[in-house]
Amino acid sequence: MSAWQAHLPVLQVIVPMLTAPLIILLRDRRLCWAATTLASLCSLAIAVALCIEVVSSHRVGYEMGSWPAPWGIELGVDAFSALLLLVVNGASALVLTGAFSSLDRDIDNERQPLFYAAWLLALAGLNGILVTADAFNIFVFMEISALASYIIVSAGPDRRVLPAVFKYLIMGTVGATFYLIGVGLIYLMTGTLNLADIELRIYEVADQRPIMVAAGFITIGLALKAAVFPLHQWLPNAYTFAPNAVTVFLAACATKVSLYILLRFNFYVFQPNLADHDIQFAYFLLPLSLLGILVASTVAMFEPSLKRLLAWSSVAQIGYITLGASLISIAGVTASLLHMFNHALAKAALFLAVACLGMSLRRLRLEDIGGVAKQMPWTMAAFVLAGLSLIGVPGTAGFVSKWYLITAVLESGAWGAALVAVIVVSSLMAVVYIWRVVEAAYFGNSEGEAAIGEAPLPLLFATWVAVALNFYFGLEASLPTGLAETAALILMGHLP
Amino acid sequence: MMTILEHYHYLVFAVILMTGFYAVMAKLNLVKKLIGLSLFQAAVFLLYISMGKVEGGTAPIFSDLIDVELYSNPLPQVLILTAIVVGISTTALGLGIIVRIKEAYGSIEEHEIQELDRK
Repeated sequence: MSAWQAHLPVLQVIVPMLTAPLIILLRDRRLCWAATTLASLCSLAIAVALCIEVVSSHRVGYEMGSWPAPWGIELGVDAFSALLLLVVNGASALVLTGAFSSLDRDIDNERQPLFYAAWLLALAGLNGILVTADAFNIFVFMEISALASYIIVSAGPDRRVLPAVFKYLIMGTVGATFYLIGVGLIYLMTGTLNLADIELRIYEVADQRPIMVAAGFITIGLALKAAVFPLHQWLPNAYTFAPNAVTVFLAACATKVSLYILLRFNFYVFQPNLADHDIQFAYFLLPLSLLGILVASTVAMFEPSLKRLLAWSSVAQIGYITLGASLISIAGVTASLLHMFNHALAKAALFLAVACLGMSLRRLRLEDIGGVAKQMPWTMAAFVLAGLSLIGVPGTAGFVSKWYLITAVLESGAWGAALVAVIVVSSLMAVVYIWRVVEAAYFGNSEGEAAIGEAPLPLLFATWVAVALNFYFGLEASLPTGLAETAALILMGHLP
Repeated sequence: MMTILEHYHYLVFAVILMTGFYAVMAKLNLVKKLIGLSLFQAAVFLLYISMGKVEGGTAPIFSDLIDVELYSNPLPQVLILTAIVVGISTTALGLGIIVRIKEAYGSIEEHEIQELDRK
C-alpha cells in the first residue's frame, strides 16, 4: 500500500472540509461551482478507493496523529460505512455536476460562494460521521453537517423556508443533544469513547440504570434526526422549501446517515451486551415503522404539492429501512441496508426530475404541472422510470431491496404474512401517488403558465444518470448486496 | 435520601434540562424557544463537567514540586469545550434565521407566522 493510500479515511473528511474556506475566497460563482464539484468528485473517488479496499481487506483503520486506539481517535471504514460513503459522495457529486443552472436560479449571486462552502461542510460532516469510530467525534461531525445543512436549506427562494429551517434547527439540535446525553452517561460508566472499546467494557455495567437510560436517549435522539415516524415533523417542510438541488442531496443522504449511527450503536454496542435489548429495540421500532409506512403513504396520496408528496414518501421509505432493522435477523438487516442504498438512488432520480421541472415552472403543485409532459418529455420519462424504481417494479433497484425485505419478513415467524400485507399495500399506495403525478403531467391541462421547454442539458444528464443507475443496480446488484450482506454480518456480530 | 443529596448535581442537571426543554416546546416566541434550547444544551455541559470531578482530586498537572496522587479527569472538560462551540454556533445560526423571519414576516411569534402562511 503506497504512503498516501493509508491516509484515505482521513482524506475523505479533509478534502471537502479544507476546500470549503478556499471556495469563499474564489468569489466568482462559476469558479466556486467548478471547485465545489471538483472537490466532491475527488471525495467520490476516495470513497470508491476505500470501497475497493474494504472489499479486499474487510476493514480499513486509521489512527489520528498515530495515537493508538483507546487513547487517540480512531477512524475505521468497514462495509457498512463504505456502502453509505458511496451513497453520500455519489449523490453530492451527481447533483453538483448537473445542478449549476438550478442553483443559480434559486440563490442570489453574491450568496453563492457561501452556499457552496456550506455544501462542502455538510458533505465533510456526513463523511466524518461515516469514517469515525469515536462516539464523541460522531457528535461533532453530526453538528457540523447539521449546521451546514440548515444553511443550505435556508437558501430556498420561498419565505416559508425560514420557519421550516427554524423547526429543523430546533428538532435537529434536540436530537443531537439527546445523543450527547447518552454518550455522556456511557462515558460516565465505562470511561471510554471509542466504539470498539465501549463494546468491550459496557458488558460489566450493562445491567445498571445509566446504561439503559443512555440507550434510550441515543435511540430516541437519533430517531428524531433520522425522521423516524412520528418524529418526522421537521422533514416535509424542510424538503419542500429547500432549493431543488439541495432537496436531492438531503433526501438521498441526511436521514440515512443518522440511521447509520442508530443502527451502529444499537447493533454493535448495545445488542450483544444489554439483556433483552433486541426485544425492546424491536418492540419500539416495529410498530413505528409500520405506522410510518402506512400513514405517510396515505398522506402522500392526498398531497397537492409535488415536492411535499415525495417528502412524505421519504418518511414512508424510512419506515421500510427501520422495519428491516427491527426484525433483528441477518436477512432483515441486509434488506434494511440495501434499501438505504436503493431508496437513495430512486429518490435522488425523482427529486432531480423535480429540479428539471423547477427550471421551467415557478410553482410545483400538481395542478401547475398539467400537461407538462408535452413540453418536457425527457424529464417526465425520467420521472416515470424513477417512480417505477420507488414502487419496486422488477428490473429496478427498488425491486431488489423490496424482494430482500419480503423474504426477510416471511422468515420472521407468525407475523410475517401481516407484515408482507403492509409492504404490498404500501407499494400499491406508492403506485397511486406516483400515478397522480404522471396523470397530471401527461393527461392534465395546465391552468397557469405553460412550461417553456426542456430543462438544461447538464441537469437532464444528471437525472438520466441517476435513472440509469436505478436500472443498472436493479439488474446487477452484486456490489450493494455484497456490501450490505457483509455489513449485516458485522452488525449482527458474526464478523469482527 | 442521603444518596439523592450526594448526587445533587444530577438533580440540578435534570431540572435545568427540563426547564429548557419546556421552553422549547411550550413558548411561541422564537427567541424564547432559542433561549430554552441554550439552557437545554447548558444542562448537558454541567452533566459532563460534574462527572469529571474526582473527590479530593486536583487539576491534572504533572509536577515534581507537589506530591499529588489523585487527579480529576480533564477529558470531559475538553469535550465540553467543543460542545460549547457547537452550542454557540447553533444559537448564532438560530438568531440569524430569526432575524430573517422578522424581515420576511414582520413577526417572531410562531402562531402569527402560521397565520400568515395560511393566507
